[in-house]
Amino acid sequence: MAIWFTRSRTITYYLKRKMGFMGILNQDSCSNSYFESISSSSSSSSSSRIPDVKNSSISRYSSAFTFLVHRFKSTKTSGQLDQFYSSDDENSQALDFPGGKVAYISEMRFISESNDKRIPCYRLLDDNGELIEDSDIDQISKEVAVKMYSEMVTLQMMDTIFYEAQRQGRISFYVTSVGEEATNIASAAALAADDVVLPQYREPGVLLWRGFTLEEFANQCFGNKADYGKGRQMPIHYGSKKLNYFTVSSPIATQLPQAVGAAYSLKMDKKDACVVTYIGDGGTSEGDFHAALNFAAVMEAPVIFICRNNGWAISTHITEQFRSDGIAVKGQAYGIQSIRVDGNDALAVYRTIRAAREIAISEQRPILVEALTYRVGHHSTSDDSTKYRPADEIEYWKMARNPVNRFRKWVERNGWWSEKEESELRSSIRKQLLQAIQVAEKTEKPALGNLFSDVYDLPPSNLREQEKQLRETINRHPQDYPSDVPM
Amino acid sequence: MLGIIRQKAFGQSLQRIRPVASSWGGYSSTSKQMMVREALNSALDEEMSADPKVLLMGEEVGEYQGAYKISKGLLEKYGPERVLDTPITEAGFTGIGVGAAFYGLKPIVEFMTFNFSMQAIDHIINSAAKTSYMSAGQISVPIVFRGPNGAAAGVGAQHSQCYASWYASCPGLKVLAPYSSEDARGLLKAAIRDPDPVVFLENELLYGESFPVSAEVLDSSFCLPIGKAKIEREGKDVTITAFSKMVGYALKAAEILAKDGISAEIINLRSIRPLDRPAINASVRKTNRLVTVEEGFPQHGVGAEICASIIEDSFGYLDAPVERITGADVPMPYAANLERMALPQVDDIVRAARRACYRSVPMAAAQSY
Repeated sequence: MAIWFTRSRTITYYLKRKMGFMGILNQDSCSNSYFESISSSSSSSSSSRIPDVKNSSISRYSSAFTFLVHRFKSTKTSGQLDQFYSSDDENSQALDFPGGKVAYISEMRFISESNDKRIPCYRLLDDNGELIEDSDIDQISKEVAVKMYSEMVTLQMMDTIFYEAQRQGRISFYVTSVGEEATNIASAAALAADDVVLPQYREPGVLLWRGFTLEEFANQCFGNKADYGKGRQMPIHYGSKKLNYFTVSSPIATQLPQAVGAAYSLKMDKKDACVVTYIGDGGTSEGDFHAALNFAAVMEAPVIFICRNNGWAISTHITEQFRSDGIAVKGQAYGIQSIRVDGNDALAVYRTIRAAREIAISEQRPILVEALTYRVGHHSTSDDSTKYRPADEIEYWKMARNPVNRFRKWVERNGWWSEKEESELRSSIRKQLLQAIQVAEKTEKPALGNLFSDVYDLPPSNLREQEKQLRETINRHPQDYPSDVPM
Repeated sequence: MLGIIRQKAFGQSLQRIRPVASSWGGYSSTSKQMMVREALNSALDEEMSADPKVLLMGEEVGEYQGAYKISKGLLEKYGPERVLDTPITEAGFTGIGVGAAFYGLKPIVEFMTFNFSMQAIDHIINSAAKTSYMSAGQISVPIVFRGPNGAAAGVGAQHSQCYASWYASCPGLKVLAPYSSEDARGLLKAAIRDPDPVVFLENELLYGESFPVSAEVLDSSFCLPIGKAKIEREGKDVTITAFSKMVGYALKAAEILAKDGISAEIINLRSIRPLDRPAINASVRKTNRLVTVEEGFPQHGVGAEICASIIEDSFGYLDAPVERITGADVPMPYAANLERMALPQVDDIVRAARRACYRSVPMAAAQSY
């Protein structure tokens, strides 16, 4: 877990004064202890969770701050700081405020709107798919790695072919996840089948990992009678009760407070599972984001918020979406542990979500994960992103920063994958996809009765009447009604 | 419009499928008095006791015992896991309630008033009402949204709106509006047990009113059917439909009309969605005249829907145009005199009923309107 400490420019100034530690109110570490003392239930040390992260991600300070750093680096702050406060003869200068003691300073100081350094990004593979630190990371097995890679390729190909199908007019709409394959698949791989997923709409990879077939994807897109959604929704609004993946819902960020509610239910059931919910960078502007994070912290709900920061919300660039250091920095404002990870590094994403899940379930608390990635494709088939961003930016991320290629290099380097397997996989997937589309296209549409069912648990009298009337009318004037709606 | 030949036999058979009318006109000495507040509290208590999946969430519902004391004693009895004091974000806790319902709990989400539900209306409509349909039945949402609705006294425009017609227009929701303590108990229990999302519209001014309740009503298994109206008072000259507080006003109006020899039939709708169209139509076919009463704004209101329903099903039976008595088409003013003028009063109902019976006062005296 990356813990970020503010380095204040004038910290030495405060160090010189007798007020000493009181003057470091603006240190994140100090506020860390503030939060720790509020939530007295959560006082476990956070430093030893991921040894490699602690050492690699916390940067070294200049010597002027070393003794400060020494005190706060381990983040076992609650105990230590209490000592300072109680042994400090400036006790009268502290305010006993609900939630914990707050030290006074007589120097007016505004907390900066941004830290000097941005929150660092956790990654394990470099751009060429080489492991950066060959340290004590538990290797994922060949089986898992190969499955992850195959599903990433499948997702990539599914997107390409379904996108084409929309362009050919065979389906009405499609949303690709191109460029975000690692975030999709690796996060899914790190979860258990019992973990409940509330997606936004750019995470079909999670369903794919869990076993949703290409045929099932195609059926939903064509809205035919095999569609589990009974043709009720636009394409890509997948849902699967048995795979614990809640049906995609269009309004942005509504899934966030819902996820907290579901997590609360899991908590009441004492299940060994958590809830995972996804959101984009744009979605974090919604009021629901704020409410969800705030509540998750207060209710101590076991939920992982995964924000796919892919740089764009349709045509709105992140610089126009928020002025904070991305999303990871917001977690602390709610009292939530957060981390920033390289969303295009499948290994790093996998490890991060594994760790997050561990914390969420064992400590019954929310976690915020910001995955930095890039939306290579257009927002949807209704969008042409070349209208608002340079084509070479897209090209760069598509080729040089491609997460699928990057992971492939690592898998191949381990001797787990070859060119032959690559071409076999791709041609097999392609065949399956084309076949799936063909079959789905020809499959009958849902029957008429589906127009009226599921509005309520039991059909109300007015709808039963309407259906009866409709059937009678169709029987009397069949030539006036489409022939492809089965009765 | 002149009378049409009544199809008496048809009318009779319609009457048979009407719910059995019982009149509260006489207070039996054996029945107990119960305040609506108590009725709601006991219903919540019993349902929470019977089903561990039921939980209550909202602002001030726990420690404060409820903004209107409806949830009194529940925190103490069921603990903070099942009675949750939420931070101030309607959108937040409504979304959370819906998510909990998705996963299998049965949350009761309390809005301090339904005016504040507008901050959460996306979750009520898009996340709750439509989800069963949009997930093709894979996800059900057994949630209840409850709280005071409509005008209180002297609380101004942002605390006085009636949301019955807003929510009742949406498929996927059920909308209930209790009047008496019996209604409050029976309908709230039905709502909590119902697998669909239910909007339960209470009334702040009714919380403190007492009504007689029979032993049957007090039983913990008591439940009223959703979608059935109640004939509060039988009559033969004019049908007056009302819900919530207006039922009381309509009953008072009926007393006044009785002195004039006009026998009014008062229908307590109880259920705004689904609307008990058969009951209303049966009554109108008997009386041939209809006045609808509601507190809310006139345009696109509940009365408009009832009127359309009568035109569709019983046009030939009407002897007079349908009249709607509604709140004034203005945001609720605060000053007591203006507020009184913006809401239906008993006199308004009496006058409308008389007009429907062609017994209105001569034009010269119309200035008293």
